[in-house]
Formats: sequence, structure tokens, C-alpha cells
Amino acid sequence: MQQPQPAERPSSFTAAGFRRGARAGLALTIGLMPFGLVVGMAADARGLSLLEALLMCGLVFAGTAQLVALQLWTDPAPILAATLAAFVINLRLAPMGAALAPVLDRVQGIRLWGSLAVLVDNSFALAIAEMRAGRRDAAFLAGASLTMWANWMVMCGVGHVFGAAVRLPPGHPVFFASVAALASILVPLWRGRADLLPWGLAGVLALAAHGLGLGPPWPVLIGALGGAAAGAAMDGRRARA
Amino acid sequence: MMLRWDVLAAILGMALATFLCRAGGYAILRVTRPPPFVQAMLQHLPGAIFVAFLAPALAQEGWPACVAGAAALITQARIGRMALSILVGVAVLWLLRAALGTP
Repeated sequence: MQQPQPAERPSSFTAAGFRRGARAGLALTIGLMPFGLVVGMAADARGLSLLEALLMCGLVFAGTAQLVALQLWTDPAPILAATLAAFVINLRLAPMGAALAPVLDRVQGIRLWGSLAVLVDNSFALAIAEMRAGRRDAAFLAGASLTMWANWMVMCGVGHVFGAAVRLPPGHPVFFASVAALASILVPLWRGRADLLPWGLAGVLALAAHGLGLGPPWPVLIGALGGAAAGAAMDGRRARA
Repeated sequence: MMLRWDVLAAILGMALATFLCRAGGYAILRVTRPPPFVQAMLQHLPGAIFVAFLAPALAQEGWPACVAGAAALITQARIGRMALSILVGVAVLWLLRAALGTP
């Protein structure tokens, strides 16, 4: 009887994939720079030391959650409230990991859980576009995420140290960079006409939730789940027809 | 450099909660085979998430931000360089605000 050969499929975690991801991530870091600056400044304003600010940025690595937690910061630190805020706001990351399963299923151990540990919205978008292009190298996600992580650490540190000196007003156009990044991310995610209904509904639902005065993460969660459900219903009807 | 225990505890709590979110969705998917509807939803989720992020952010900032967002999107569709698209978006908003005389 012949022994089954070890699977000879192309490696699922390559240095080349990591470099590709890092390059793609680097282009997006410019959108995250002002955001990191703001978080560093907020941490300084709340009395966190540089070490504490960097620990938070490095271990949490989630801008909106950090900003919200810092807004409700107290002395002594609000352990439970900050933890809960991080959990609720970052719930949106849970379906992202699931959506990347075709890529992540091919790796294990530190490559799998480590890649998930640094997953962020922007690296997720890049990895989905890469996956849809037929490339299944999990190192792409790790490369993109770690590039953004390094940028995040630097900008939080700069914001903490120089924030008081720079003093940009909150509505400054520079802070539009993170929104402009979201707008340009939509381009590689667009697959065609069939995306129109789920995307449109996602926008309408998010606007409605926002208009009702719901804060983060609810507009995003309601819009994303509602739009995706509409898309899934549409697929189901097409399959039956 | 100072590291207070209560601050460290809050940071570790946030880090743990965030890791559970990041890894949890995939971990659940790995042990249970989700129904076809949920799998179809996951295919549609990426675009929907970013539209749902973007719409309230633009609405809050008013029409100049919508124009700037559109400029970033068109630049990305035409040229395909994200760093450039982001810069164009910021520049358009900056110019519009300057032209309108709003800070």
C-alpha cells in the first residue's frame, strides 16, 4: 500500500506574501497616522505615562476602542468600563476573522492566532481583496497588520510626547485621512452590480442608527449585518431561481 | 517611567476583550459549521462593514467631506494608489474649507 505523500501544495505562509502585505499596508498607514496621533494625545491628556500609552497601543491596537475608553477614563483607572467598551466596540472584528477563514484555515499555531491578534479593519480589507484575487497566503494579512501596528506605535508615541506642542484642533482636515482611507478601501472591495443592494442598505441603516443617536459600535454593526443579510438573501433567491 | 497597577489592569482587560473579539469569530466558525445563510453573509460583510463605517462619518462632517470622500474614491478607482487617494481626500477637504472660510 502506498503511503499518502505529505501535501505538496504551495506554502500558505511565505516571506514573499509577508512583504506583499507589508507594502500594501504601508500605503494605508498614511491614513492611520493622524488617528494614532490623536490617541497618543488623548492618552497624554488623561495622565497616562508614555509607557502606559505605548502598552495600550501595542496590546489593544484598536483606535476607536482606545479613544472611547480614554474618554471615560477615571482615577483610579476604570478597569471594568474600559474592558467592556473595548469588547463592545471591537465586536465588529469577530466576523472579520470568520470571513478570512479560507486563508486562515491553512495555517496553525502562532501564525494563525498571532495573525488574528493584530487583525484590524484596514488590513482586513486588503486581505479580503487579496483573497478574492485568488491568493491564499496568510502572511499577507500578518505583513499588512504588523506594518500598521508599527506605525500605530510610532504615531501614538509621537502624539503622547509632542501632542501638547502640536495642538491641532479636533476638526482639522488632517484627521480626515482615516475617513479618506475608508473611502479608498471601498474600491478594491467592489465586485460589481450585485454589491449595490447590500452596500446601499448598509449605508442607509448605519445612517439611521447614527441619526437615532446610537454611538459606536451600533451604527457599524447594524449597517454591516443588515447589508450582509440583504446580500445573503439575494444570493439565496438567485440560487433557487 | 511610571506604570500604575490599575492602569495596567485596565489595559490588560481591554487587550483580552479585544483579542476575544479578533479570534472569537474565527474560533466559533472552526468548531461549528455555520448555516449557508451565515456563510453567504460573510461573503457580503467586508464591503458592508466599510460602507457602514463611512456613511455616518461623512454625514457628521457635512457636504465638503462628502466631496472629499468622493475625490479619494475616484482617485483610487482611476490610479489605484491608496496613499495618493488619501492625500487627495485630505487636500480637497482642506481647500474646500479654506474656500468656504470655515476652520
